[in-house]
Amino acid sequence: MTIQIAQQLDARGLSCPMPIVKTAQAIRAIASGDLIEVLATDPGSVKDFAAWSRTTGHELVEQTQDGGVFRFVLRRK
Amino acid sequence: MDEPLNLVLFSGTDDKLQAAAVLAAGAAALGRPVNVFLQYWALDSFRADRIGADHGLAPEAGAEGRAAVDDLRAAGQASWADTMRQAKELGGIDIQACSLSMDLLHLHQTDLDALVDGVEGVTAFYLNAGDGQVVFI
Repeated sequence: MTIQIAQQLDARGLSCPMPIVKTAQAIRAIASGDLIEVLATDPGSVKDFAAWSRTTGHELVEQTQDGGVFRFVLRRK
Repeated sequence: MDEPLNLVLFSGTDDKLQAAAVLAAGAAALGRPVNVFLQYWALDSFRADRIGADHGLAPEAGAEGRAAVDDLRAAGQASWADTMRQAKELGGIDIQACSLSMDLLHLHQTDLDALVDGVEGVTAFYLNAGDGQVVFI
């Protein structure tokens, strides 16, 4: 089953905490239950996205890594 | 996580303001209220005519630290003012100038960047701080 991404956010090259700040802004533009895909290169983002998901309740659906690029898929609460 | 994070900014150098902006932005992204109280040299750095200027670094940075900070900026790191602006768009961040420091620096609110929401005394700061942590930078 392919997952439907409602919005993509390219946060590559941004340093902490901008990937999370941009994601927090962008997730407001999608509907509850929809998915956002984020690409980031900040090495802190792996723990940051996990912590942000736990605290805000937006589910971290997928997390993958390709070289130095981290990919996160989150479902809006 | 509902108690606010309360940042008292005293130092006006770009490195300390960058560190403060990162703390504020992280808390705001988590939905935690943030109160920022600007004193002394930090307040001076929030002047509308100087906010984008070079405010130097803390003495311990040295030449090596200066080069490292410049490298990060050249790689596209957002300035502390931009970080603070984007974080404010998330809501929940209130930035107040210390009224004593306003007197000290002979400033009026119209002299300050639009990031600053108002001027207050220390009592109002503590009232808003509630039981949240107070961090002095």
